Amino acid sequence: MDRDCTSALVEQVREASVRRVPLRVVGGDTKRFHGRATEGRALETREHGGILRHDPAELVLTARAGTPLAEIEAALASKGQRLPFEPPHFGSGATLGGTVACGLAGPARAWSGPLRDFVLGARVLTGDGRVLRFGGEVMKNVAGYDVARLLAGSLGILGVLLDVSLKVLPRPPGERTLALEMDEATALTRLAELARSALPLSAGSWIDGRAYLRFEGSDATLDEVQRRLGGEVVAESRDFWSGLREQSHPFFAGDAPLWRCTLPPLAPQLSIEGTPLVEWNGLQRWYRCPPGVTAFAAASAVGGHATLFRHAPAGVDVFSPLPPAMLRLHRALKRELDPAGILNPGRMYADL
Amino acid sequence: MTPDPALVSELRSALGADAVLVSAEACTPFECDALNTQRRRPDIVALPRSPEQVMAVLNACRRHATPVVARGAGTGLSGGALPVAGGVLLVMSRLDQIIEIDPARRIARVQPGVTNLEISQAAAPFGLYYAPDPSSQVACTIGGNVAENSGGVHCLKHGLTVHNLLEIRVATIDGEWLTLGSASGEAPGLALLPLFTGSEGMLGVTVEATVQLKPLPERVELVLAAFGDVRRCADAVGRIIATGIVPAGLEMMDAPAIRAAEAFVHCGYPTDAAALLLCELDGLNHDVQRELDAVQALLHDCGATSLRVATGAAERLRMWSGRKSAFPAVGRLAPDYFCMDGTIPRRHLAGVLERIGEMSRAAGLPVANVFHAGDGNLHPLILFDAGQPGEVERAEYLGAEILELCVAVGGTVTGEHGVGVEKLGPMCTQFGADELEAFHALKRAFDPDGLLNPGKAIPTLARCADYGAMRVHGGKLPFSHLPRF
Ligand SMILES: Cc1cc2nc3c(=O)[nH]c(=O)nc-3n(C[C@H](O)[C@H](O)[C@H](O)COP(=O)(O)OP(=O)(O)OC[C@H]3O[C@@H](n4cnc5c(N)ncnc54)[C@H](O)[C@@H]3O)c2cc1C
Repeated sequence: MDRDCTSALVEQVREASVRRVPLRVVGGDTKRFHGRATEGRALETREHGGILRHDPAELVLTARAGTPLAEIEAALASKGQRLPFEPPHFGSGATLGGTVACGLAGPARAWSGPLRDFVLGARVLTGDGRVLRFGGEVMKNVAGYDVARLLAGSLGILGVLLDVSLKVLPRPPGERTLALEMDEATALTRLAELARSALPLSAGSWIDGRAYLRFEGSDATLDEVQRRLGGEVVAESRDFWSGLREQSHPFFAGDAPLWRCTLPPLAPQLSIEGTPLVEWNGLQRWYRCPPGVTAFAAASAVGGHATLFRHAPAGVDVFSPLPPAMLRLHRALKRELDPAGILNPGRMYADL
Repeated sequence: MTPDPALVSELRSALGADAVLVSAEACTPFECDALNTQRRRPDIVALPRSPEQVMAVLNACRRHATPVVARGAGTGLSGGALPVAGGVLLVMSRLDQIIEIDPARRIARVQPGVTNLEISQAAAPFGLYYAPDPSSQVACTIGGNVAENSGGVHCLKHGLTVHNLLEIRVATIDGEWLTLGSASGEAPGLALLPLFTGSEGMLGVTVEATVQLKPLPERVELVLAAFGDVRRCADAVGRIIATGIVPAGLEMMDAPAIRAAEAFVHCGYPTDAAALLLCELDGLNHDVQRELDAVQALLHDCGATSLRVATGAAERLRMWSGRKSAFPAVGRLAPDYFCMDGTIPRRHLAGVLERIGEMSRAAGLPVANVFHAGDGNLHPLILFDAGQPGEVERAEYLGAEILELCVAVGGTVTGEHGVGVEKLGPMCTQFGADELEAFHALKRAFDPDGLLNPGKAIPTLARCADYGAMRVHGGKLPFSHLPRF
């Protein structure tokens, strides 16, 4: 069955553009909570699916935006490979397009780099109905501006992703998670120290008085790391890490606003009530705050940023505000690629 | 063209008289970058010492509607820093301070004129280094690296500039300061840092960069494998990667490059080999041992005629020295050379190298290959003599043919050297009118009046029409009287 729906999508966008009807671009609708609420007719991309190419020796996978993330991860796993940035699904229907548009990464982020680092190319449908191809399926490419990476994390405000090419990597021969008891302040120092050692620390978290350290490599390496650091081996480590990635860990339960703070290395404890869940060796920290409290100032006081990630009251800003010159530039870019302003209006910032 | 006296005096009052050059004698050294077949003496050279002075130059240029071209060390290979008529050349080399090396945070904050190698040297006492290592690293600047998204021999595993850059401070032609990216690596809004990286000075001027430093690996091993034919060597590249090993470096050289390098630096390369592969592995002791055993067995299996593992750091550096000085080494074989930069899917390596050999013979111009095989990033070096009538055009034509071949097999016309003025034509092969329009639109958002490095990196549609007309005839350049660059 041919799952190429490019022409149907183009037609819908062109029509909406002429009639200035706002569109809400939807993949699996698993990340609707992320960003500001946007009203608009749903533009469904899920039918536009299928893995187009995956040659393990090239370390590249190309798939249509509607391809389920689970299908991609299974195809990679069958060849001993993976998406290095360990993206969250947040639901069973997550698609590649939604994953790339949200630009989120899981526990491995501080080790592997952000999602955008792995975007090699994309085919995109602009707000005025043009289908454009940027980047490609090769490791290095500096022909033209890097629009494919610009689309990573763009929340669909510049264009509708049609196909994406990603760099993929082999799975390591093994991994092991160690847990060590310590308080938050000690953990923040310790995680940063480990991150600057040559040890293969593929994830570092702290929650409820325990640091969780995931290492990857050969058995001999893992044994040696364990000898050096001590701690207790976490048996159900896959479940633990997927609990953080998918936010099924009890920390994330309930409907108190969930704040995500991204911070420079070694940022001190934030002046926010409550105990955080720490990820990415301290670069990402989650807080539950009472409604009405914001984390923007506390994060920016130490050179970081905050996002009201879940349970935001309607109409409030969820991302750290942009300086005026940056906002002007964002508007200019939006105008060039989506002149009628129909794609996910207001999803990122109120007037974008 | 005589420089606008009002602009010159404005620049002099902002920068000081000694920092604004206008005499032919003083400006001539800046007439080209490393693509020295293209030269134009700048009318005005400005040498600011601070970000504020950079901004003063941009403000003055905007007020006088004068184009401005940023320049780092001028090692670019595509004419990105070639001066434009009637414009100001903004030379960033005096912004040369390392602002801080913060070993605890693993970051370096530097001014744009700091050279690539200086960062690693300053970080070395802390057991850290800056990973992207272009062969020009002793000279090229971090501002230039950001503008070209430069790579090196360790990119497959350790990433390009874009993967190792956290934050930059940019002065725009509108007179605004922008901070792109952040020290955490996550910033709100659109991902403008990767958009800016590799934008060839077309969108703004970098005045400061914060880069990520990496811990020096515990163990490093380098294997040199010689092959009796190019195809076996090229096939070994894909097979190594298919086993699940990502080498820190995987570089290939063909016979002309091997012989030139050996004659130049005497690094012990097997001069009777048709091709060689340099495979570097790094990481923790046990992991490197496991990979080293696997790679040696595999190379043997792929038909390597000899295998050598460097016995220590000194020998490793010597084995690398041939590769790292290969451009100048090959450069000694002929009065001039062009370095091409296409990237292709690795599975086409062998076929494309063979085809390049045929094209080279047909054109009557020798080609040496020395390249980032692990990334599929080719560097065919086309040898010619600009003193011979028509030879520059023939070499350019052969280069264009090679790049079109790269695009035809699913690759790109430039992996790391940029488009500049050199690849404006081949860009028309890779992109359609709609994509080119979108690139121009993105530039408009940053630079509405088109004053930053005008005419570079993205061809106009008119230019592509000319290029198309020129290329369809094949064989000899049919319109050699047309200015192609
Ligand atoms: C022998 C040799 C070997 C090389 N090996 C490699 C290699 O292995 N890998 C690789 O990737 N490249 C390589 N290069 C190419 C070159 O060194 C790189 O492109 C380098 O990044 C250019 O830096 P530069 O400071 O010389 O920049 P320049 O040549 O001065 O400028 C390059 C571009 O950057 C822009 N620019 C410079 N500074 C700024 C700034 N502050 N703000 C905005 N724009 C700016 C210029 O306008 C221009 O478009 C090699 C070159 C040579 C001569």
